[in-house]
Amino acid sequence: MADTPRPLSPHLQIYKWQVQMLTSILHRATGVVLAVGTLIILWGLLALAGGSEAYARFAACIGSSLGLLVMFGWTWAFAYHLCNGIRHLVQDAGAGYAIAQFVRSSWLSIIGSLVITLLVWAFVLTSGGAA
Amino acid sequence: MSAKDLRHPIKRARGLGSAQSGVGHWWMQRVTASALVVLGLWFLVTVLRLAHADFATAHALVARPWNAVLLIAFVIAMFWHAVLGLQVVIEDYVHTRWKEVSLLVLVKFLAVLGALASVLAVLRIALGA
Repeated sequence: MADTPRPLSPHLQIYKWQVQMLTSILHRATGVVLAVGTLIILWGLLALAGGSEAYARFAACIGSSLGLLVMFGWTWAFAYHLCNGIRHLVQDAGAGYAIAQFVRSSWLSIIGSLVITLLVWAFVLTSGGAA
Repeated sequence: MSAKDLRHPIKRARGLGSAQSGVGHWWMQRVTASALVVLGLWFLVTVLRLAHADFATAHALVARPWNAVLLIAFVIAMFWHAVLGLQVVIEDYVHTRWKEVSLLVLVKFLAVLGALASVLAVLRIALGA
């Protein structure tokens, strides 16, 4: 690629902003974030297998203010990729391709992810203090 | 394709196509995604049950047979899906061939190591070794 000078397609700034552009790039961005986040899951499992001291260290890191911030971000990335992933599966099945449906399902993914994130953290914070 | 090639290009495009993998990548991304919809929701609920648990409670919860089985299924589907997704991202944005191939292989190695370590950790918790 890029070995020969070829005409390029118009880039992002040429287009009028649409919500589908946001849901598309967010799906990829949250996917990459979650791929990095697999290391936190791995760390947690290794800590739990490693004994109470290792687990206490893990819990202390996750329970720190930075850890909670990361977990909050992870929760939203997870919720968004889940909601929008279901949207993509529906579209892969051939449904929801009318432009109005496309825009509506985009907003549904965004709002759904925020609702799930808020519900999760409302539960975490009301069921016995932060971590 | 050389100019001497008398074979019609459609011959290469049909069936499994020129890469010989057909829709394998696309399909497995959807299969692992479907699994992760269910397993991911289960994982989220399980993590919430662990959020304020001490070590013994968390250890006992993960050690329960169905939880251990579902957790292993979750981490395998998770690392698999991550590899498929990262592969597309790398292929899209890394245009230097040797860097692209190196990154693709590195991601696969790391994901396999991550999956193996996760599975061993869950087995160790579940079997009490």
